[in-house]
Amino acid sequence: MKNPFNKKNKGSKKPLTVEQKISRRNFISFGTFFIAAGAAYGGWKWLYNSPEETASVTAGARAPLRRALNKTELAFRRVFSNNNLVKTYPKEMATKNVRHNEDIGSEGKIEAATWRLQVKKQSGEVLSISIDDIKALPKTDIVYDFKCVEGWDQISHWGGVKFSDFISHFKLDDQAKLQYVGLATPDKGYYVGIDMPSAMHPQTLLAYEVNEHPLPPKHGAPLRLIIPVKYGIKNLKRIGTMTFSDKRPPDYWAEQGYDYYSGL
Amino acid sequence: MLIYWANDEYSITLFGHTFFSFFPEGFYKAFNITHRLSEGMAFHFLFMWAFALNGLVYILYTIISGEWRELVPQKKSFKEAWLVLLHDLHIRKMAPPQNKYNAAQRIAYTAIIVMGLGSLITGLAIYKPVQFYYLTWLCGGYHFARILHFALTIGYVFFFLIHIIQVILAGWNNFRSVISGFEIITVKDPEPITETPTSPTDEKPVQ
Repeated sequence: MKNPFNKKNKGSKKPLTVEQKISRRNFISFGTFFIAAGAAYGGWKWLYNSPEETASVTAGARAPLRRALNKTELAFRRVFSNNNLVKTYPKEMATKNVRHNEDIGSEGKIEAATWRLQVKKQSGEVLSISIDDIKALPKTDIVYDFKCVEGWDQISHWGGVKFSDFISHFKLDDQAKLQYVGLATPDKGYYVGIDMPSAMHPQTLLAYEVNEHPLPPKHGAPLRLIIPVKYGIKNLKRIGTMTFSDKRPPDYWAEQGYDYYSGL
Repeated sequence: MLIYWANDEYSITLFGHTFFSFFPEGFYKAFNITHRLSEGMAFHFLFMWAFALNGLVYILYTIISGEWRELVPQKKSFKEAWLVLLHDLHIRKMAPPQNKYNAAQRIAYTAIIVMGLGSLITGLAIYKPVQFYYLTWLCGGYHFARILHFALTIGYVFFFLIHIIQVILAGWNNFRSVISGFEIITVKDPEPITETPTSPTDEKPVQ
């Protein structure tokens, strides 16, 4: 059979009829259409049925989706800047009824007088800091829109010490050169890992007040993290320990399929 | 479809009466999307790249190929679109003359690009409201940007439904021309079949 695409035969060949041209072009375009549609469907099936990632510091997401989350984090970290501040509001706009979502790791009450923040340096040295030591530092207030990964947001008023002030006061500057800070509740039931640039952001607080009153147990007494550049899941209540590392510290929700960075 | 918020935030409420809540409990059950927030977000933050890149490639293509001339509404399009609508609803017999796309299509296909850009901007405004605070401000704040982003999504659903219905109503020959890029018009005399390339120059009335 002659090859219709062979140029040598062009002259001797009869020109194609209109019907032949139509059916040929239809064949080519519909062939392409079905191949493209099939590839899209196959690609979706592959992604949907792709295996779960190997559990490490993150877990619970499909392996390719976790890769995408981590790559996306790198892309958006490039626009992070300490000059980009969360919008603040006059304190009259703060809600009187601060929403309470979860108690994981901070159930029940804790004695503020005996509570100590354990700051574990990489050298192994441990600082044991009381709530009065922290309250002695300059206080910073912030009224901002607290944002939950579930979709709700609420303007709320918090008071405490800037994380960066805390670091310099307790001479932890060398620790703050590491890439991550890890926080956990005293019972280790809830834990978060925060990249150092976000932790050192000028609006990140170690908060001990809400609406100008000491934190009640349900909002993380005696000391909690308020980090406006992160979703609520990173705002750990009732801080027990603080660690520093170049590796990503364990993170409660990142182990359950959520983005590790969760930055805003 | 995985909805990326676990909290029912949105409803249509007028004068204290809730007419419709996005979404009723049955919606979540029917699509099996309860407690799948992290999964939905992971998909969302992958497909946002595909959405943005696809939109960019499409816009560049329409500019480079000159196809935008067929797509952007003209002065008369806004008046004509009503006539097209009346025609499609079988209220009016004749539709205005058109090129590749009729006036209603021009408006719809340009609107969808504007909507896509809107989704991109409102999306960034709620994805990184601190880093892109100026976008959040531009969109009327975090809360309003979320509502816009959501409303646009509902807009796509309507666009999709109407689009599919119209394709079915337009029939097989139209669908074939969508795929193959040419339309077949049967002319009685002198030849049984003539191939007409759909170029911007040949105006033909549609009945």
